[in-house]
Amino acid sequence: MSMGPVEYIPPGVERYVLLGYEPYRYFQPEGPAPWAPMTKPLSECRLGVVATAGTYVKGQVAFFYKDDHSYRTIPKSTPVENLRFAHVTKHYLERAAFKDANSTFPIEPLRRLEREGIVGEVAEDLFSCMGGIYSQRKVRDELALALAVEFTRQEVDAVLLVPM
Amino acid sequence: MGTGYDILVQCQPPRAVFLDYPMGITIGRPSAPKEQFDITRTAVQALETIEEPGTILKHDYIWSENETWKVEAAVANTGDIRQPRNLIPRYQFEEDHIAAEENPVAAE
Repeated sequence: MSMGPVEYIPPGVERYVLLGYEPYRYFQPEGPAPWAPMTKPLSECRLGVVATAGTYVKGQVAFFYKDDHSYRTIPKSTPVENLRFAHVTKHYLERAAFKDANSTFPIEPLRRLEREGIVGEVAEDLFSCMGGIYSQRKVRDELALALAVEFTRQEVDAVLLVPM
Repeated sequence: MGTGYDILVQCQPPRAVFLDYPMGITIGRPSAPKEQFDITRTAVQALETIEEPGTILKHDYIWSENETWKVEAAVANTGDIRQPRNLIPRYQFEEDHIAAEENPVAAE
């Protein structure tokens, strides 16, 4: 009989207590899931992408681990071998992403989705940020806001969120 | 998309597709382009296939019949060994550090 999904929230919180950090609070929405209906077929949509595994391109400044709420712009044409990662949960990257960045940042699958016409277009620039940020205020009021401005400027129809 | 089911349940994204793989392997096994494409395609197509807010679909892919990885991941002392937090950029390779210092637009 198969086990159910792994629970990450309880051990994550417990680990922080063991390390002597302030309790980590996972995001808890105040209301039901938000909803924006699709207004056109996927094959006609421009897709925006943001990933939270601390992806950067060789030549960019890497992320740091203390509440880094900056983001990086990853050109869609970036060769997969030039993708790198810097994330506070580095051990989650060692099994796959350090061997093949596509395992965590789907740059080649996204290009194929576009090539095969499954999506109309992937935005020219993808975005990447750090996860595990303590300050929900910085994420909500600064990082998410900046990304919303980027997506508005790109005139995307939908956004794919790729967490670590 | 995501590999942390309890995190997806708590955060309530409008549409989600859960992959029962170890955290960090959101898109699929390394050097497995068909699997990576299938997983990405299903997630993107969920924009159309999910009709109710908060729905979480589940991929059919299984990481391994042996699920000891789940036992290890669920223990605080072994499953979440986060790195010390400071303001030093953490380059994957030292050559990246050098490349960034030589790049006048590195922070963009």
